[in-house]
Amino acid sequence: MDAAQALADLTEISSQIEAAVLAEADGSVVASTMKDEGRAKQLAEAAVELVAAGSQSRAEGTNMDLVQIQAATPRGSLFVARDARHVVAAITGSRPTVGLVFYDLKTCLRMLADEKAKADKPARAERTDETEKAAPKEEAKVGKATARKRAPSKKEADEGT
Amino acid sequence: MRARSFLAGLGLVAGAAAGAALWLRRGTGPREHVDLYYSDGSMVSFASGSPDGEKLLPIARRVVAAARG
Repeated sequence: MDAAQALADLTEISSQIEAAVLAEADGSVVASTMKDEGRAKQLAEAAVELVAAGSQSRAEGTNMDLVQIQAATPRGSLFVARDARHVVAAITGSRPTVGLVFYDLKTCLRMLADEKAKADKPARAERTDETEKAAPKEEAKVGKATARKRAPSKKEADEGT
Repeated sequence: MRARSFLAGLGLVAGAAAGAALWLRRGTGPREHVDLYYSDGSMVSFASGSPDGEKLLPIARRVVAAARG
């Protein structure tokens, strides 16, 4: 599943979300449900700006990561959820069901993360195979290992003599 | 008899005032605020008018207005 598909699924399952944008952590747009690219870019940049400003608002002495934001305005609400790689932002009407919207945004992020992990797995397996081929195999040695005699301990040596 | 009608009138006026207050409150819509959720499960809410709220809300207002046209 690609990012555009994840966003399409998001707007399909959540009737409250009017528009959504998926962006990289730096604010560059990955996918959007908006036709106007300029607005999508504006939403993505605002989401990143909000995360940066919100992170500074935390009381000093705590270093917890800001993971979700909801900003309610008279014209509607802005929701932002993020993980290590992505930020997803969504616009809803003025009376959203907050928990449901956050759940849907986090599901979108989780689906993308799972997809990324799946994509990385075969690549990692291939790399491992190549490394094994390159390195000489030592299986034969393991199979034909002869029983090594244990060196007698000092006590045993003393008793034997 | 007079006291009873006075009490009935007073009840009517109080009921009308309460109804009007509820209706007006409904019309104003939700209060502006920003809620920040952290990875430890804690949440901080900033209302409009607070220093942090005034720092964060203009960004949200601008984007929501742009997105909703």
